[in-house]
Amino acid sequence: MPDLGLEVLWKGKNFVRLLGGLWVALRISLIAAGISVAAGIILGILASRKHSVSSVILRIWLGIIHIMPQMVLLFLMYFGTTRAFGWNLSGETAAVIVFSLWGTAEMGDLVRGAVSSIPAIQRESAEALGLQPVQVYRWIILPQAVRRLIPLSINLITRMIKTTSLVTLIGVVEILKVAQQIIEANRKASPNAAFGVYLTIFVMYYLACRLLSLAAKRLEKHWR
Amino acid sequence: MAETVLSISHLTKRFDDQTILEDLSLDVREGEVVVIVGSSGCGKSTLLRCINALESIQGGEIRLRGEPIRQDSKNLPEMRRKVGMVFQNYELFPHLTVLDNILLAPVKAQKRSREEAREEALALLDRVGLKEKAGSYPRQLSGGQKQRVAIVRALIMHPEILLFDEVTAALDPEMVREVLDVIVSLADQGKTMLIVTHEMSFARAVADRIILLEDRRILEESTPEQFFTSPKTEQAKKFLQSFEFNRKNKAEA
Repeated sequence: MPDLGLEVLWKGKNFVRLLGGLWVALRISLIAAGISVAAGIILGILASRKHSVSSVILRIWLGIIHIMPQMVLLFLMYFGTTRAFGWNLSGETAAVIVFSLWGTAEMGDLVRGAVSSIPAIQRESAEALGLQPVQVYRWIILPQAVRRLIPLSINLITRMIKTTSLVTLIGVVEILKVAQQIIEANRKASPNAAFGVYLTIFVMYYLACRLLSLAAKRLEKHWR
Repeated sequence: MAETVLSISHLTKRFDDQTILEDLSLDVREGEVVVIVGSSGCGKSTLLRCINALESIQGGEIRLRGEPIRQDSKNLPEMRRKVGMVFQNYELFPHLTVLDNILLAPVKAQKRSREEAREEALALLDRVGLKEKAGSYPRQLSGGQKQRVAIVRALIMHPEILLFDEVTAALDPEMVREVLDVIVSLADQGKTMLIVTHEMSFARAVADRIILLEDRRILEESTPEQFFTSPKTEQAKKFLQSFEFNRKNKAEA
């Protein structure tokens, strides 16, 4: 059996450090996901009304996010704002802001689509019962839209988790950076560490995303 | 004579440049059952939707006990609570149980206590033979059961008037009866109702007054007896004949 360089994981606190790196990556993506879901729902509802100002804003916002590589957005937010406005954002804050801008736009579009897909007569029959417009959204439109949204938003959140591997480029010490540090430090003792460590990262990313989609599946089943 | 509940005067409804209803006037008195018939696309359903302000109107006025119902009025939700509507395709809320479908509006819109509303909901469900379905979801019910739940959902609001929009049109024939029986029993209780239907024998049995809607307006208005035995207009005769089937050859043989 070839040397996979796995033994390096058990040296010192290497494994715990990797887990810590994973936590940083998850923290960034989950905070951003929370902001995106909340803001995306509001934006999506506003944009679901045809010809509204918010639908135009959402379209432009989405357009910008879609054509900009996330890395450029990260650089712009981290380095650009320091030069232009003198802001001194930490790498993690900059990452959360960028991921939230991205997630809100995509989430907003998903919510807009889901809300528009609820048949108009569902809204009408709720209105005919004398519910206020806000109540119609709260009790009829959103609960049905959310059920359609779950698989799509889980897809978005897992893409966010994976994309956190870019934030190492603005100096955030997340799982990938920790991995590189471990490999560098053990270059002499375990030259094959690169394989073992990256393999471990692979498994960790997989487990994190898998857990999320399992939770989503259970929710979907529960609400079917 | 009983008090007027619903008063429609000179109603005009247009979709873009197409006129659906023109200068239509109609009064419904308390306890009266008015059945609207007419060929498909004559605007029967649109008329009902106008009464609930689900459609904008381009002329005229709709009043419920003297109070106007308009799409732009501030108290529209309040007015709609006084108008019960049952749709062709039930339109139950698929994510809520039967009981929650019924309780949503009384609890959230009328701010009644859940316990009190729940008691009434169960009593009403019992009356339509569906008490044991209170915890089921709409997808677990047959079409006829769904429609009876939809009727209970409208009834629990204690509306001034009930609107039925072709409520059996989407049902399998064997389920039509159970729904119509419920509506007949409501008529017996003296509920004020405006019913759009294609079921002629039901119309004849339940109606105090029959209205034939054709060419954007009310063409004929009479008692069911008169309408079905000696209609006044040519169009009414033609309309009634469209429900009869004749085989010439067979008749001659």
